Amino acid sequence: MAVSEDRVVRGIGHSVKRFEDGRFIRGRGNYVDDIVLPRMLHLEFLRSPLAHARIRSIDTSAAEAVPGVVAVVTGELLAQHSLAWMPTLSGDTQAVLATDKVRFQGQEVAAVIAESAYVAKDATELIDVDYEPLPPVTSPQQALAEGAPVIRDDKEGKDSNHIYSWEAGDAAATEQAFAEADQVVELETFYPRCHPAPLECCGCVADVDPATGKATIYMTSQAPHAHRTLFALVAGLPEHKIRIVSPDIGGGFGNKVPIYPGYVVATAASLLLGQPVKWIEDRTGNLISTGFARDYHMRGELAVKDGRMTGLRVNMLSDNGAFFADAQPTRCKAGLFHIVTGSYDIPAAHVQTEGAYTNKAPGGVAYRCSFRVTEASYLIERLVQTAAYELGEDPVEFRRRNFVRPDQFPYKSATGFTYDSGDYEGALDLALEKLGYADLRREQAEARERGELIGIGVATFTEVVGAGHGAEYDIAGLRMNDGAELRIHPTGKAVLKLSVKSQGQGHETTFAQIVAEELGLQPEDVEVQEGDTDHTPYGLGTYASRSTPVSGAATSMVARKIRKKAQKIAAHLLEASEDDLEWSSGRFSVKGAPEKSTTIQDIAFAAYTNIPEGMEGGLEGVHYYDPPNMTYPFGAYAVVVEIDRGTGQWKVRKVVAVDDCGVRINPMIVEGQIMGGLTEGFAIAAMELIDFDEDGNCIGANLMDYLIPTSWETPAFDLGMTETPSPHHPLGAKGVGESATVGAPAAFVNAVVDALAHAGVRNLEMPVTPDKVWVALQEAGLGG
Amino acid sequence: MTVAAETGSLTRAITVTVNGEARSAEVENRLLLVHFLRQTLGLTGTHVGCDTTSCGACTVLLDGTPVKSCTVFAVSVEGREVTTVEGLAPAGGLHPVQEGFHEEHGLQCGFCTPGMMLASAALLAENPDPSEEEIRWALSGNICRCTGYQNIVKAVQHAGAKLREGS
Repeated sequence: MAVSEDRVVRGIGHSVKRFEDGRFIRGRGNYVDDIVLPRMLHLEFLRSPLAHARIRSIDTSAAEAVPGVVAVVTGELLAQHSLAWMPTLSGDTQAVLATDKVRFQGQEVAAVIAESAYVAKDATELIDVDYEPLPPVTSPQQALAEGAPVIRDDKEGKDSNHIYSWEAGDAAATEQAFAEADQVVELETFYPRCHPAPLECCGCVADVDPATGKATIYMTSQAPHAHRTLFALVAGLPEHKIRIVSPDIGGGFGNKVPIYPGYVVATAASLLLGQPVKWIEDRTGNLISTGFARDYHMRGELAVKDGRMTGLRVNMLSDNGAFFADAQPTRCKAGLFHIVTGSYDIPAAHVQTEGAYTNKAPGGVAYRCSFRVTEASYLIERLVQTAAYELGEDPVEFRRRNFVRPDQFPYKSATGFTYDSGDYEGALDLALEKLGYADLRREQAEARERGELIGIGVATFTEVVGAGHGAEYDIAGLRMNDGAELRIHPTGKAVLKLSVKSQGQGHETTFAQIVAEELGLQPEDVEVQEGDTDHTPYGLGTYASRSTPVSGAATSMVARKIRKKAQKIAAHLLEASEDDLEWSSGRFSVKGAPEKSTTIQDIAFAAYTNIPEGMEGGLEGVHYYDPPNMTYPFGAYAVVVEIDRGTGQWKVRKVVAVDDCGVRINPMIVEGQIMGGLTEGFAIAAMELIDFDEDGNCIGANLMDYLIPTSWETPAFDLGMTETPSPHHPLGAKGVGESATVGAPAAFVNAVVDALAHAGVRNLEMPVTPDKVWVALQEAGLGG
Repeated sequence: MTVAAETGSLTRAITVTVNGEARSAEVENRLLLVHFLRQTLGLTGTHVGCDTTSCGACTVLLDGTPVKSCTVFAVSVEGREVTTVEGLAPAGGLHPVQEGFHEEHGLQCGFCTPGMMLASAALLAENPDPSEEEIRWALSGNICRCTGYQNIVKAVQHAGAKLREGS
């Protein structure tokens, strides 16, 4: 914290109220659907009602005849421009509009472009598609079974639904650990398909100017720069003639990382018609066709010897839907799942994953989780609790004995990560203290005597965020680095331009505070700009909790570059040697003569008015940050639930969440992120589910079936913090956006299982709905 | 298929008082109130989140009562009073609910915020000192995906205290 004589610079550690709030609370946000351009047309999709079918023919004539309809686009038309298929972020291909077959319910089949959205919608109903139904494949087990229908027969030589095999760790060492173990504990579990469902659906306004050839695409993009490059590669447009603008985004949670057919068709239509085209997805379109999350079948085995975890073996089967479109680093087919050893010092581990095509929507990584880290965290935290029961031990003590100790950092995990810093026991102790753990265990035992069921669930997670070092981590070949450009105006006000894009995280405030900390300006004097690729430096965008670890670091570094130049100007102004100056709280002063000083504002003015001979004018810079390592936030969550033995309903009595995300830049915003993440973790544990019937019909296609918790269901949260700085981040920050969604699901499920564990219950599958608990109660002889 | 699409003729002239001002337009009978507000009048502070009356992003006040404008026809509010987020604040100032959401960090992406604030304002108009349970119940028709609601509860309490102070 920087302190000057007359003021406190509200840099790091200050809960500065958000600058972006002003427009949002007045209804003056600018979301993509708020954008209206002259002569703008509207796009509406016809989607497939079937999960798997061959398209015999598409008749668009009746739709084309509707007054107000300008064009009907089919896959056949796109194929004439080589746009019927597009590459995915995982190196596969995805149909933009179906040509040969439909491969999941809700797939885009045709698009109507009309003068109003209402007319476009009317006309989609007049498109006549003749389908030949094919047998649907609705699970990866079914997909990989002998004789399963081949979904991707578009791919030459493809004769199965198998997508990839991927492994990490050391199989032989793990084998040996299991051979030498006292005990082996197993858990087979399924992390079901859920959906980020940001409150704003996806959409765009594509505006290709026929006079200049410039394509301006306003779109719900968490990664505008990466999307610009992909647009250039997909559409063959020159990259300098593409401008992606992410306006205000109404929540992302990973849903707005992939490129969707809507963006491509709207852009192609605008190019062909010479008019702007708007596509705004409806909620059903969002839930049934855009990036879902999870759908991971997992089997974990833990080898234990003398009370220590000695080996971990995991086999997984991933349901990737009809196209392998996971957004994840290229070399990591299962994302960063191999963080699965979690907070524990497990000397040997091996992870094996298989991926399969099914007749479901593609996607597979998104939803507030850094590349499958939540699946990994869920598995290990559930498995550790199961092992503790099997060993007859308190799950907390079993964890404590097996933690990676503070003196072991940097810690090399058995699957290849190098954890930067941590104090797992410190976070756990604080959580247990806030919870009153020992008293609760006594109360639980007494309650059981009375026939009442209380459960206490704990999760001590470690996640991996801030991808990542460019040599190891790329998406579609693009190194996962980010730029920051900082310009100080003559009057000492600054503009910071970033490659990332907030979807509610409060970048306009947090990043201004970083500049404030580094340069001694007040955060109000720093305007943060992002989202417009014509006016911001390149970078991979906001997801995987990477804005603060990567762009936050870039911001610090560029501010420090500017400070270096400022020091030279200060030396000139003070007629002193550069080396005789010292910096504190926004000013340089002469060592030993503090009355001889100059402020950053004076220096900024001098940069444009009075510089030493031979110096380049201005006060600005750019920095591209390549993280030397990822960051490893962690935490300890504890949940107390009460079970109704008659109905199987469970009620949350208390939630304690202790997070350690390193140095907190704006503690208020950090806590806001954590509470939002806890709610989404609770949602996944308790109610959210994208399910399918045997015909491949999506159950969960609207917000009446896909249950998102409201204020009524959502519990209150008691937050705590510890602070273990990252040693390699310039500010010691680690990133926090996803921690709570990574850690929370296991804590909730562990709590419900814990209430039934004395009767032998070891597992309940998410979402843990009352009917599942009721069945478990009956089977365990605990029914009321 | 709809007759309107074929003939384009099924329209009606309506006059609605929006944020205190009489607004008249010739609209399609099937035009939803939310689209009347957003497209006909350009009041884009009211958002669409789900199309099925589930999420509350489109909440506006109809004669002071919260309604979800994605499932109300514009023609059905002829002659009535609608308040949107743009009409919540007195000119140049902020409604206590708006202040509360800012002060207590009751918003992140801002998409649910207008509807959430209007539902909150309606609650406080009836009950200026609601309990946490009453707030949670009153807002249970509005989904927020970002905040986890805890700070929204605080925001409403903040606004309630402010309103009670002023009355």
